[in-house]
Amino acid sequence: MAVTTDAADAAPVTGSRSPLRYLNVVSPAVWTIVIGLIFWEAMVRITNAPVYVIPAPSRIAVELYKYWPRLLVNAGYTLSEVLLGFVLAILIAVPLSVLVTYSRVAERAIYPLIVATQSIPKVALAPLLIAWFGYGMLPKVVIVVLLAFFPIVINSVVGLKSSSAEMLYLAQSMGANGWQTFWKFRLPQALPYVFAGFKLATVLSVIGAIVAEFIGADRGLGYLIVMAGSNFDIAKQFAAILVISAIGMTFFAILEWVERLAIPWKTTQDATGE
Amino acid sequence: MSDVPGIDAQATAHVNISRLSKTFHGRKGEVHALKDIDLEIRRGEFISILGPSGCGKSTLLMLLSGLIPATRGRIEVGDKVITEPNADIGIVFQQDVLLEWRSALQNVMLQAEIRKLPVEPARERAQQLLKMVSIGDFEGAYPKELSGGMRQRVSICRTLLHKPPLLLMDEPFGALDAMTRDQLQLDLLRLCADNAMTVMFITLSIPEAVFLSDRVVVMSPRPGRIERIIDIDLPRPRRLEVRDDPKFVAYTHELTEIFKSLGVFREEN
Repeated sequence: MAVTTDAADAAPVTGSRSPLRYLNVVSPAVWTIVIGLIFWEAMVRITNAPVYVIPAPSRIAVELYKYWPRLLVNAGYTLSEVLLGFVLAILIAVPLSVLVTYSRVAERAIYPLIVATQSIPKVALAPLLIAWFGYGMLPKVVIVVLLAFFPIVINSVVGLKSSSAEMLYLAQSMGANGWQTFWKFRLPQALPYVFAGFKLATVLSVIGAIVAEFIGADRGLGYLIVMAGSNFDIAKQFAAILVISAIGMTFFAILEWVERLAIPWKTTQDATGE
Repeated sequence: MSDVPGIDAQATAHVNISRLSKTFHGRKGEVHALKDIDLEIRRGEFISILGPSGCGKSTLLMLLSGLIPATRGRIEVGDKVITEPNADIGIVFQQDVLLEWRSALQNVMLQAEIRKLPVEPARERAQQLLKMVSIGDFEGAYPKELSGGMRQRVSICRTLLHKPPLLLMDEPFGALDAMTRDQLQLDLLRLCADNAMTVMFITLSIPEAVFLSDRVVVMSPRPGRIERIIDIDLPRPRRLEVRDDPKFVAYTHELTEIFKSLGVFREEN
């Protein structure tokens, strides 16, 4: 019957008998990070590297603590740009992919352009957008939408078209109308693809917001990094990068969790023979 | 079924196919998939369409279900002339076409949802059907967790949920191993006996056609035509032992000879 894959089950069997078995309580990846940080700290202390070249992890931690309120406020700005852009991208991309799937005219008039323009480096448009829309939130959100939009459209179209001919014949032979065919057959069939697009889009949304802030902003984490860089305040830069990474990872993890709720059949494994 | 006394006498035509032709226009020109098919299927009859690949068997099934239009000719099912997809039927394909996101029971219930049948009686019937093919214990399992034979049984249950008067099956057991296939043939016969239905069963297997059918329609390829129709006079309910019956052997022999004469089988000697 249903067996759910669990990260804990994937731990090597030999580990449970070795003297190191207590280490398996947390994910091995955590130990890799811990060892890396210790090594980093030691190297900085041994070589006495100047703090404007590379600060020790302990120094970054102190900076993170001291700087926390300011980081938080600016993270709030960046996060709003990311979320707003991401949601707008979904609201545009998903209906558009439905249109492309159902309308031959749209498929031939719009879809090739979408695919072709995907190769344009969207961040190259950032200076242009700032010239048009000023230094506020709008150009950042537009960049995020531009970046997040493509993977969602491409994946959704592929997903919506992945229903087999037999499946659509089956729907017809049951007397399903267009609405039922979409909701009960095509859309669920497409969901794994759609979510793959969403997950790619989360990563690109964060990149889009930060790059847009690099180019022209007076707030946000990207702005903080540029400011700290111009003061050779490398520890502050690291602190901001840490917060950005945390945002990116959390965002991705939330999407994975939603995906597991939305398409539970994807996480189950074959465990029945006959 | 036709061996039940009394039914045979009042058996009426359920399906009437007359001068049916289908031509596909492909890149390499016209392909005559079917040419001048005339066939009458009696109500409650189990009829097999037997022939080598490329003889238009599946095309015949698609035409009968109204999923593709005929080039020429006429199909009547009951008192309806088929011109558009006909929802009064059940179709089983070679692939089970189960929806991966629904459990076995939910897959069967799909039929009720689409047709807006009352939920409770439909669920009862769905569970009863699944029990009859011995997968009642797996009603909550996702298709991924089921073997090929179990999946195809779920698919058959889904097709039978709304008691279709006409069941069309396109090589439904073609992808299964020989033992699973034997079991599913028995399951199918039992389901047929319990749900008065007319069945058109497409197959590439001579013994399968003989074992299941009241009549076997032999088709020959390019263009697809009806070569011969053979009545199978074997007792029902059919048991596996019937395959040792001299009459069964004679039928399979006769069919093999027909295919030899058509050049489908070639032997060195």
